[in-house]
Amino acid sequence: MAIKPRVKVPKSVAAGEYFTVKTLINHKMESGQRKDKEGNKIPRKIINLFEANFNGENVITVNVEPAVSTNPFFEFQMKIEAAGDLAFKWTDDDGSVYETSKPIAIG
Amino acid sequence: MNLSRRQTLALGGAAVTVTLLPISFAQAATDDAAAIIAEFTGGAAVGEGDIELTAPEIAENGNTVPMKMAAPGAASIMLVATGNPTPRVMVAHFGASAESRLSTRIRLAGTQDVIAVAKLADGSFIQSSKSVKVTIGGCGG
Repeated sequence: MAIKPRVKVPKSVAAGEYFTVKTLINHKMESGQRKDKEGNKIPRKIINLFEANFNGENVITVNVEPAVSTNPFFEFQMKIEAAGDLAFKWTDDDGSVYETSKPIAIG
Repeated sequence: MNLSRRQTLALGGAAVTVTLLPISFAQAATDDAAAIIAEFTGGAAVGEGDIELTAPEIAENGNTVPMKMAAPGAASIMLVATGNPTPRVMVAHFGASAESRLSTRIRLAGTQDVIAVAKLADGSFIQSSKSVKVTIGGCGG
């Protein structure tokens, strides 16, 4: 299944006021604890890092461990003073990087 | 069935060992959690303060338990599930434009305490813990 991040960001916000950002990415988050039918451990494969940057400046970085649920969801609050792009990045155990970004205007 | 005194003692000993095993397991996990927190704080004392951890009292499904943590002014917050096989859950670092709060969903292996530790801007640490009852554990296996 293609991994497709979904983010919910307001199109325009008031400068200096906190707004909510919601993110979700469809990912199995295989914990490395589960076993298959033959009793072999299924190797760990999770998103281990989540980052959000606004105009190149870090807003939030989360070091993720296997205890985070399937389809990891993060909701946070941030504020901006000027318009720009909010870029999201998820890093997989296998080195893949999933990215998306949303423009935010001041209005 | 006739048992000699020696056999009876051996049986009793085995029974005690079996009953003690799960307890020592749980103990080890809690120690782990303490070690993980110590690693995060660098051994500094952890006080009480303005940190809020919101979790359901009873989670029907341990696979996805909603968690909300907030600590105004915190630079980073660590979340630890004391009863999980790997107690680390996440460490969130907040930049200047983010409010120090995060909502997410986590896995809990069983009924246990979840601890949030926040590192404040001045380098001190505060924590809050919450006990969550889990009806169905969330670690597979």
